Formats: sequence, C-alpha cells, structure tokens
Amino acid sequence: MRERLVVVGGGMAGGRAVEEIVARAPSRFEITMFGAEPYIVYNRILLSDVLAGTKSPEGVFLYSHEWFEGRKISIATGVRVERIGPGRKTLMLADGREHSYDKLVIATGSLPLVPDIENVNTPGVFVFRTIEDCRLIGAYARRCRRAVVIGGGLLGLEAARGLLNHGLEVTVVEVMPYPMAQQLDAESGAMLARRMEAMGLKFMFEKASRRVVGAGAVIGLEFKDGTAIDTDMIVVSCGIRPNVRLAVDAGLRVERGIVCDDRMKTSDPDIYAVGECVEHRGRLYGLVAPLYEQARVLADQITGVNPDSLYPGSKISTRLKVMSVDLVSIGDGRGLDPGNRTITRYVEPDRGVYKKIVAKEGRLEGAILLGETDCASALIAAFESGATLPERHADLLFGAASADPRTALEAMPADANICVCHQVSKSRLVELLAAGCSLDELGAKTRAGTGCGGCRPQLETMAAIFGRNQASTDDRYVKSIPLSKPELIAEVRRRGLRSVSAVLDALGGGDDPAVKPALASLLRMVWGRDYEDERDARFINDRIHANIQNDGTFSVVPRIYGGVTSPAELRRIAEVAEKYGARMVKITGGQRIDLLGIAKHDLPSVWRELGMPSGHAYTKAFRTCKTCVGTDFCRYGVGDSIALGVAIERRFQGIESPHKMKLAVSGCSRNCAEATVKDIGAVAVDGGWQIHVGGAAGSRVRAADLLATVASAEEAIRLIGRFIQYYRMNARYMERTPAFVERVGIERLRAILVDDAEGQAQTLDLEIEAEAAAYRDPWAEGASPIEASQFADEIRINAE
Amino acid sequence: MLNTTMQSRAEARALANRVAIARAELLPAGQGRCFSIGGRKIAVFRTRAGRIHALDAACPHRGGPLADGIVGAGVVVCPLHAYRFRLEDGSGVDTECTVRSYPVEVVAGLVIVELPAD
Repeated sequence: MRERLVVVGGGMAGGRAVEEIVARAPSRFEITMFGAEPYIVYNRILLSDVLAGTKSPEGVFLYSHEWFEGRKISIATGVRVERIGPGRKTLMLADGREHSYDKLVIATGSLPLVPDIENVNTPGVFVFRTIEDCRLIGAYARRCRRAVVIGGGLLGLEAARGLLNHGLEVTVVEVMPYPMAQQLDAESGAMLARRMEAMGLKFMFEKASRRVVGAGAVIGLEFKDGTAIDTDMIVVSCGIRPNVRLAVDAGLRVERGIVCDDRMKTSDPDIYAVGECVEHRGRLYGLVAPLYEQARVLADQITGVNPDSLYPGSKISTRLKVMSVDLVSIGDGRGLDPGNRTITRYVEPDRGVYKKIVAKEGRLEGAILLGETDCASALIAAFESGATLPERHADLLFGAASADPRTALEAMPADANICVCHQVSKSRLVELLAAGCSLDELGAKTRAGTGCGGCRPQLETMAAIFGRNQASTDDRYVKSIPLSKPELIAEVRRRGLRSVSAVLDALGGGDDPAVKPALASLLRMVWGRDYEDERDARFINDRIHANIQNDGTFSVVPRIYGGVTSPAELRRIAEVAEKYGARMVKITGGQRIDLLGIAKHDLPSVWRELGMPSGHAYTKAFRTCKTCVGTDFCRYGVGDSIALGVAIERRFQGIESPHKMKLAVSGCSRNCAEATVKDIGAVAVDGGWQIHVGGAAGSRVRAADLLATVASAEEAIRLIGRFIQYYRMNARYMERTPAFVERVGIERLRAILVDDAEGQAQTLDLEIEAEAAAYRDPWAEGASPIEASQFADEIRINAE
Repeated sequence: MLNTTMQSRAEARALANRVAIARAELLPAGQGRCFSIGGRKIAVFRTRAGRIHALDAACPHRGGPLADGIVGAGVVVCPLHAYRFRLEDGSGVDTECTVRSYPVEVVAGLVIVELPAD
C-alpha cells in the first residue's frame, strides 16, 4: 500500500510542497490536502489586485481542480483540522472525523496580527488576508466614504491601494514616522509617502491606535495620544504571526514558529513543516521565494530523492510595486546601525529616485532602490553570491545599468536569478529563449514571471536580446554546451576528448540523453578510428547496426553496390529471408533489398549467412548510391553510371555524417536515377559529369544545386568526397544537405570546394581519404560482439 | 546470453520473490537489458553513475522496448517515439502514463530485483 501523506494547509506553501513532491515521485504517496479556506491554492500576493478589482478571484488560483485530479491528489477545502495526534498518527477534523497519516506536512501559514485595540470586533473592522476578506471588505466599502488602514507596511499600502480603487478617501495610520519601516529608512520612506500622497493617499504617522469608536458600526478611531479620526471602516494590516496552534497542541517544538531543521523536519520525525508557520535557525519568512525554497528541500527529503538536499536559510530580496512605484529591497538596506558599514547613497528628489547600498567588509549587506530599479539584478546577484563588491560603489548604482537595460542584462552573471520567486537563472532563460520559447512558454516551463511578476519587464528585454534570432546561441552544436560546431571541434581536439562521457565531464552539458547521440556523431567524425566508442551514447540502431521497427524487431538491408546484385546473392537473400522468418521482403527506394521483421538475437546469424556487408540503412551515414544502367546497356547512355555509382559507394560506404546521405548517378540527362533530388547526384553530360548537391524528395522536394561540371569519374569522386567532408565538419547535427547548402550558399560552397578560395581543399581531400581507408564493416560485430548480450532480445531468468 | 542462470536460481529460491538476475558488471554502463522472469518482462538499466533501476520492459504508448532506449539525466527515452520515463519510479516526463518500477539492489555484485508477491 502507498504511504499516506497529509498536508494541513491549502496555501501557497502547501500547494508548492505537493507540486514538488509529485514532480519527484508521482505515485509514491497517497496525498490528501486539507485547507480551511473554501478555495483551492491561490496566489495570496495578488489579493491586493482582487481587492482593487483589477483581478477576479478565479484569476489568482494557482492550480485547477483538474490538476489535482490528474495527479490523484485529494483536496478537502473548507475542512478545518482540529487536532494532530502524533502518537496514533491521526488528525481530528472539525466535523468529528479522523484521518490517518504516515507522513504529515504542516503548512498552516500565518494569521493576521491584530494589535491590542479596544472594540476591535466592532462591525466595520476587517483584516486583510484571504479571498473571503477581500469580498467582505469590497462589499462593506460600497456604503462607505472614508476608510482607515492601520499599518503602513507593504500589505497595508496594498490594502490602501485597493480601497482607493473603490473610490474611498483612505488614510493610512502608522506607528513609525514613515511607511514600510521594515524595508526603508527615514528619507526613502518620506519620499515614498510623498509619491503616494500625490496619488491621493493620506498618512498619519507616529500614531498608536487605542480604541475603535462606534456602537453598532465603526464611526472613528482614537489614538493613544488623545487625537482621533472619523472613518466609516477600518482595515487592520499590522503584519502576520505564524499559525502554530496545531503544532503547539501536538507537542511539537515551537518557538515563534514551528521549529524545523535544515531538512524541514519538525521535532517529530514524521512531521514536516513549510512556509510562514516555520521557524528555521531562529528566523521566520513571510515572502514567497523562501517558502518555495523550503518546499523544494521538503520534497527532496520526504521522497528520499535527494537526502543531501538541505535548506540553509534564505537571503531575502524583493521587488515590489507599491501603487505603481517601483521598489527593490535587498537584505537589510536600512543601515540603521552605521557601525563599521559603508553606506553609499544617491538621491534625486524631483524624480523620486533613491538608491542606497549598505556594505560591510566589502560585501553587500543590503540595498534600497526606490523609483528606479534598473541595477537591481546585479545587486541581487552580488547579494546572493556574497561576492566582494568593486571598490567604486557608484558602478553598482549606475555603472552600465542606468543607461540601457540591455547592457545591464548582458553584464549580469549567467547564474544570477532573474525570477527571484521561482529561482530561475539568466542562463536557463537564455537557453530556452534561444530554443525558440515565447514568454508564455517560459512561464509554463520555468514559472518565471508567474510569482510576483516583478521580473516581467526584464523577461521582455531578455526575449528581445536573446530570443530566437540571436545567432550567438543559435549556433550551438548542442544546446547545453555554449560552443558552435567549429568551436566544439577545436576544443575537443585541443583537450583530446575522445568519448562522449569525456566531453560531458570536461565541457558540462549534463547527462541529457538528447545530446549524447549528437556528440557521438561529432566525435566519430573528428577522431575516426581513434574515437572511443561508448554505445550507450548511441541510438539502438547504432548499437546493433539494424533499424528498429514498430514492433521491436529490426530490418536488415545488406549493401548492394550501385544497386547491382547477382543471382548468387539473391539466392542467399531468399534463403535467409525464409529461414529467419522475414515478415516482408521489400525493394527499397534506394535500389536495395530490405528484410523486415528480424528478431534482434538473429541478427548475427542473418548477417553471417547473407555474407554481405552492412548497407547502413539504419544510421546517419552514407547510405546508398542509386544508378541507372548507363552506357553498359542503355541506347541513350552518355556516361558509365554504374561504374561511377559502384566506385562512389565502395569509397564512401558507411561514412558517418550529421545526417543520412543518399546519392545517385544518372548516365544521361534523362536522369532515370533521379540524381537531382539526391543529397549528392552525378549526371553524365557530353565530356564529363555534373555534380549536384542539396537535393531532396522527401517531406520537402528540392532540386539540387549544380556545384560543378567535371571532366572525369576520378574528378567526380574527388569533388564528392570534398563536399562530404565539408558537410561532415560544418553541418549541424541532423541538418540534411538541402538545409546545409541553403545555409552556406552554393556560391560559397563552390568557392571553397571548386575554386579552393580558402585553401581547405587539400585538407578535406586527405581527411576523407583517411576516413574511407579506415572503414570497417559494423556487421563484423555479429561474429564478435563488443559487449555483453549485445544482441539479446531478452535474458531469461528461471524464477520458479 | 549471460552465464548467471545457475546462481540466479539458487538466489531466487532463498529470497522468495527477490530474484537475482545478473552480475552488475554484465550490464553495460549507461544501457539497459530486457530480462524475462517467470513470464514478466523487465528492463534493467545501469546508469553511468552505477545506479541500477528496473522498469516494466514495454513502453505504455505503443509497447516500445524500453531496454533499448537511451539513458541519461535520470530518464530512459523510448526508442520508438521518444517518450521519456524516469528511471527512479517509472513516471512519464512527457506523458501522464507511468511504467511500473521494481525495487532493485546489488548484493555481493548481483543485481536483485524484487517482484510483487502475486
């Protein structure tokens, strides 16, 4: 039976923890999630938009019911958990039911902090924490003219903005002398207040509330200094406190929050906690990024996928938009105790710009950026990495940054996070943009920009800079290694990297199964015989030298040079086909005979009994050279197409290339071998051969370009070899010749290959000659397999 | 064919539904092999990092032979239509489908797969 995992709390932390868990082990747990609110997980950060009426409540849900159903996660909304019994591992629900668990995650979040004010329960006084609160506030506001918000922190200002949108006269009451005292210092706080006052908000600072006035409904608020203000409603937004009641009752260790270790475990080994209810190394967190980090570690631990994953605590930086004023707060930028700190400031009062850096021992301890936040990313990166700051701090405040967002982005280190909420790095985004992702797809894939949304403008700039058309990243040979093919070849040669695993170890690129065959192909071309073959890097066809079919059997195509066979060969083929039960014997488009439906374990015997070499009909290599009968028999024949076709095939058989190559030779311009829709084609004309390249008659039909007309068969073979080698060294993986010829251009190819404009011709000739000389028939492995059970369909184990 | 059937039989009897199938080094690094154990076909993989995983041998999409797939970054890619499955638990990367996974361990160099009791 699957272990039962119960999550108490249906907020962002609980939702994210569940998402991370099922991403690691989709079927490990039977998951149930209890949420006291009647809604499924929603983005609490956007509640101020709901209050302001710019977003509908449905618009802030993070997961659909289908999402949960599809992952077989049970959701119990509106169900309050009354008690946790760690002894019997049960939960007592408010409706009296019991629910058992094997592993428990507490994600009860936080509750609004309501200060000690007389008559605070008077109708017309609200807290601001849930969708339901938004609805109640919005409904009540309709009959009000004036509102007071107690609390000038971020949440209070957001609530005030929402109420302004309802057309109310709004006053923010704050005990400190300026707003957002958690993030700002006195001067920036005063600047922010001025900006907000200009937008219609009123402030009363250094006011401690004493009593709500009004019998049946709010009519005013009295302060401790004896003054008062008239108002029709009050929203209390004085911060949050961790919701720890369940944990306390259950006997878990609780200080200010539920005490968790670096594995996100509470004092009970089967109970984890995540989010705002957690106290970790003495700290509480109330922002989304840290709780997402916690959710990742929790999932690593609870699933056992990564027991080394630990939560070291978070470095806090936030990008905020407070009533359309940009604000970035990094660490503690207030610098309240100047001590041995270096504080650098830039103030531009008329534009409302305030920038401040607090450094200690050369490292960034915090920063405030108000009104202009262009240099935020570089500062956040410096903060998170703990790097030593440059001596000239002005460079951090302006440097390249202020002038041009592009320069700023380009100057950022690759591993700096653009999306702070979801920890998405610049390099990851650049990679996806280069692969052609749109901004929406970026959001879907990495969730960048879907948290607080503060990084959206940067994402747009990035899309403009690093999007599809950028040649620099488009040129990569494989997406995970930032080198073009020539650069990669140079690097591979310089370092003597002869195997795929050596390349991946030396140049990075992970262990992505998609890049291994591409690297194997390149290494095979660079090193030839000295290539260190690792079969696991290759597609199954290249491990066993046959073409896998839709039923798991294989097709066998022996080489028939130029399409010319003999009665003896045909007899052997017929016998083998019967003996090994070929399900079909088929003449191919390339003038070959295909035996279909051969079992893997029969391949060695089939090859041996055929007594013919591999036709390479399964790999990215020289495949076939098709011919017409030419001057041997044809009354129109101009050139000996069969002799040339057979010679080409004997020379270039099996040479690996970025994609397959199909060739043809026609003995006259009637072109019966269809040479002008082949990767390379030769057509006999009076006095020689036309050599065509880049033709196709597959999903796309393209007439080949004429590369040159040469006088003899020898010259034809030399020029074809030169083209093949140039294609091998310069084409992208899986780029067939039509695309390659179009990309390079036929004039350029002609200059390099025919006129030798770049002095490469001789090298190309020598390289392809060496390659041809090194040819070995892969079917020889039938007699001497290169690894254990290479040709086994299955290995039978008797387990009776 | 692997030369381990004798050993396997002995082990299998001793360990009830735990079946010894091969010496670990007979699985080529980074590849899979298909084993048929009492009519059940299981693909067993050995990653380059040396970890062993066992999944049902047939891809749930069109029955492709997963043992023939390329392995890397914790997944195997079906050779027929490139659906990817996580080696750890058989869950699909590009599909909701999951292939069954079996607990595996290596004891004294022998790969042992734990089959369900049925």
